[in-house]
Amino acid sequence: MRGMTGYYFRLALRSLRRNPLLTALMVLAIGFGVAASMTTYAVFRAVSGNPLPDKSAQLFVPQIDNWGPASRKSGGDIPDSLSYTDAMALMRAHQAKRQTAIYPVSYTVVPGAGSQPFTVNGYATYTDFFPMFDVPFRYGNGWASEHDTQRANVIVISSQLNQSLFGGTNSVGHTLNLDGHDYLVVGVTADWNPQPRFYDVNNNRSFADAPDFYLPFTRAVDMQSATTGNNNCFGSTGRAPGWDSWLHSECDWVSLWLELPNAAAVTHYKSYLEGYVAEQTRGGRFRWTGGAQLFDLVGWLDHEQVVPPETRVSMMVALGFLLVCLVNTVGLLLAKFMRRAGEIGVRRALGASRRQIYVQFLIEAWAIGVAGGLLGLLLTGVGVFGIGLVFEPAIARLAQVNLTLVGLTLLVSMAATVVAALYPTWRAAHVQPAWQLKSN
Amino acid sequence: MTLHPLIAALSKHKAGVILIAMQIALTLAIVCNAVFIIGQRIERVGRTTGIDESNLFLLSQQWVGAPSGDDADSIAKLDAMQREDLAALRALPDVQSVSSINSLPLLGSSWNGAIDIKPDSKKAFGRTTYYFGDDQMFPTLGMHLIAGRAFNAGDVHNQGFRDQKDPDIVILTKVLADKLFPKGDAVGKAAYLNGSGKPVTVVGVVEKLQAPGLFNSDDTTYNSTLAPVRLDANFARYAIRAKPGRLEAAMRAVTPALYAVNPMRVLDDNSVKSFADIRHDAYEADRGMAILMAVVALVLLCVTAAGIVGLTSFWVGQRHRQIGVRRALGARKIDILHYFQMENLMIAGAGVVIGIAMAVGLNMWLMTQYEMARIPVLYVGVGVLAMLALGQLAVFVPARRASNVPPVVATRAA
Repeated sequence: MRGMTGYYFRLALRSLRRNPLLTALMVLAIGFGVAASMTTYAVFRAVSGNPLPDKSAQLFVPQIDNWGPASRKSGGDIPDSLSYTDAMALMRAHQAKRQTAIYPVSYTVVPGAGSQPFTVNGYATYTDFFPMFDVPFRYGNGWASEHDTQRANVIVISSQLNQSLFGGTNSVGHTLNLDGHDYLVVGVTADWNPQPRFYDVNNNRSFADAPDFYLPFTRAVDMQSATTGNNNCFGSTGRAPGWDSWLHSECDWVSLWLELPNAAAVTHYKSYLEGYVAEQTRGGRFRWTGGAQLFDLVGWLDHEQVVPPETRVSMMVALGFLLVCLVNTVGLLLAKFMRRAGEIGVRRALGASRRQIYVQFLIEAWAIGVAGGLLGLLLTGVGVFGIGLVFEPAIARLAQVNLTLVGLTLLVSMAATVVAALYPTWRAAHVQPAWQLKSN
Repeated sequence: MTLHPLIAALSKHKAGVILIAMQIALTLAIVCNAVFIIGQRIERVGRTTGIDESNLFLLSQQWVGAPSGDDADSIAKLDAMQREDLAALRALPDVQSVSSINSLPLLGSSWNGAIDIKPDSKKAFGRTTYYFGDDQMFPTLGMHLIAGRAFNAGDVHNQGFRDQKDPDIVILTKVLADKLFPKGDAVGKAAYLNGSGKPVTVVGVVEKLQAPGLFNSDDTTYNSTLAPVRLDANFARYAIRAKPGRLEAAMRAVTPALYAVNPMRVLDDNSVKSFADIRHDAYEADRGMAILMAVVALVLLCVTAAGIVGLTSFWVGQRHRQIGVRRALGARKIDILHYFQMENLMIAGAGVVIGIAMAVGLNMWLMTQYEMARIPVLYVGVGVLAMLALGQLAVFVPARRASNVPPVVATRAA
C-alpha cells in the first residue's frame, strides 16, 4: 500500500500538470480563502484569548446598580464600575478569599537634571492584586496587607520602569519620587501584561502597554489622585465641590475583583451581595430593589464587548470567503475528476477497487491542498503584515505569525481541500466502467 | 431558442449546476453586505464636524508639581498658570487665535450629560456633550453662529475640573436647540443641565458641532452644548488656529514657547496634534474595515468568475461532439454562443434568487449582532446585476471556444 501511495502521488502530479490552468485556479482559490481566514483568525485569537487561563474561573467582578432604573430610560446597562462607597463596603466586608479594588492613576516622574519629566501610568490596588492575578516578580514582592490599612508610601514597579530609572538593578528598598512624594519600592514585577487587560477593560485599556507601577489604593485616595479612567456620574449634579464630596457621590469609577475558589464561595458571595443591596434599599439609599450581578472573568470580557466588532465582522466575512472558495474547489475538482471518467473506467476494468480510486483521487486533492496551503501561508504572512492597515495598531501588533499559525494554515488548507474532494471523489469512484468502455 | 433542451441538458449536470448557483448565491450575499458596510463607513468618515479643520491643532499638556486640590487657592493658581500659557501662545507670530478647550470633535475624550427644558428633571431628556472654552472658542474652531451671539470675554469664568457648578449661559447646536425648542426660538430661553434646578440661558445657536465621542449614533452626534468656562486642572488642552499656511511653523513654535513660560511640564511628541491627524486616527478602524471589505469583495468576485470559467470549460469539453453535431445540423456559431450564455444566465438567475434571500438573511443577522442598518434595496439590486454580468463575462471565453468547434467533429469518434 505504501508503494501504491507513492504511485498515486506521482499520478496526481502528472494529472495536475496536464491542466495547469484548472490546477492554478484551485490552488489560488484555496490559498486566498485560507489566507483570509487565517489572517483574521490571528487577530481574533489575539483579542479574544483568555488572559489568565489557569485562574480565570476563580475570578469574579461584582456589579451594583447604584443609579436605579431611571438611569436606563434612554438605554444603557447597570454601571460597569462601582462607587467608592460600595467598593469600600465590599472591601470591608471581606466576604471573598481575596479581593482588590482597582482604579487607574497617573503621576509624573522628574528623573533629575537634564532629562524631561515624563508621565507614568499605573494602578491603585490592594495587595491581594498580586497573588490573585498571579503577577510574577523579578525582585521583592507585593506589599504587606498592613501597608493597605496603614495607607503606606510603598510601590511596586514594572521591570520596564525599573530599567529606565534604576538601570535594571534590584531597586527594592530604593525610593521613587512621584509628583513630589517619595515611595519605597517593595517589588519589581517581571514582564506582565495580560491581554486583554481584563481588570481594566471598562476604561478602554484592553490592549494597552504594560502598566508602570502599582501602589496601595488607600494611599492613592489619601493623595487625592483622581482616576485617569472613566468617571460616570448620574444624578449627582449640584453636589459640593471637592475630593470628599466626589468620594461620597454616586459617581462610579472603582473596579472590584474577587477570588472565589469554588462554587460554594460563589453562592455565598452572591447571597452576600444581594443582602448588601437589600440593605441599601432598606436604609433608603436605593429607591429600588435588586440590581446586583456577579460576572466571572470570561463572562465579564464578553459583557464588556472587549473583542472589537471590526474583528468579529471580519472573522465572519473571512469564514464566508473560505466557504465560497470551498464550493468553488468542489466544482473545479468535480470537473477535473469527471473529465477522466474514461481513465477511471479503464482502471476499474483492469481490477482497481473503488477504494483504490478513492485513495488515488483524495491524494490528488491533498496535493492541491498542500500547494494551496503553501500559497496561503505566503498570503497569510502578507495579510498579517498588512493588518496594521485595518486594525488599530495596539491590536494589530498582537497578531503574529508563529508556529501554531503556520501549522493551522497548512492543516486547514489540507483538511478543507480533502473535504471539498469528498463528493467529486465519490462521483469518480462510482463511474460505471462498462459504460465508459462502451462509449469509448 | 426554446428553453426545453437547455433545461434537459442542465438536469444532466445537477451537481455542477447546483455548485455554480450556490457559489453565485454566496458571493452575492457576501459582496452585497461587504459593499454595504463599505458604504456605511464612507458615510461615517464623511460626516462633517462643523468646525474649520484646516490650520487647526490641539496641544495637550500636564504640569509637574502643580496644585492638585480643589480649594480656591489651588484653583486660582492653576488658572493663573493656564492664562499665562494662553497669553504666551497668543503672542506667537504664526498663531491666529487660541482657546482653552476640554475636547475637540473626534478626539474621543468627552464630557457628557443631559439637558432639559424643565427643572429638576429626573429622566434624561436629551443627551448632550459639553464643550468648555473661553471667548476665543468661536474664532479658533471656526464654527458658524446662526442665531443669538457668541461668547465674549465678560462671559468667561473659571472653575475647578471636578467642580459641578452649572454655567450661567450656554450655546447649543441647531439640532439640539430644535429638539428642545421645536419652534426655533431657543435664544433667550432657559434650559436645565443634568437634572439641576438652576436655569441656564441659551444665548446662541451654532449650525453644527460634532461630539468628541466616535460611537455616538447619528441622532446624538451633533447634540453639543457650549459653555464659557475655563476648566482648571493640573493638565490643560489648548485649541490653536495657525495663520493660513503657517500650521507647521506654529506647531513647531508652541513647545519651546510653553517651556519658556514654565519648564516643569510633560509635553512630548504626542502633545501637539494637528486636527488632520486627529481625524485620521479617529477613523482608522472605519478606513481599515472599508479596505478589508473591498479586498474581500474583489477577490471573491475573481474566485467566482474563475469557478464559472472552470466548470463551463469542462462542460464545453464534455459536449465537444454534441456541439459538432449541432453545427453539422445547421446551428450557427452564434447559436452555440447564445446557448452557453443562456445556460449561464439561467444558472446565475437561480443563484441570485437564492442569493437575494441569503443577502437579506445575512444582513438581518448582522443587524442583531452588530448594530448594522437594514441593507437598502439598491445595494441588492446592483449586486444582482453585477453577478449576472460577472456570469456572462466569465462564460464568454469558454462559450466562444465552444462556438468555434467545427461541424466536422460530428463525423469523428468522440
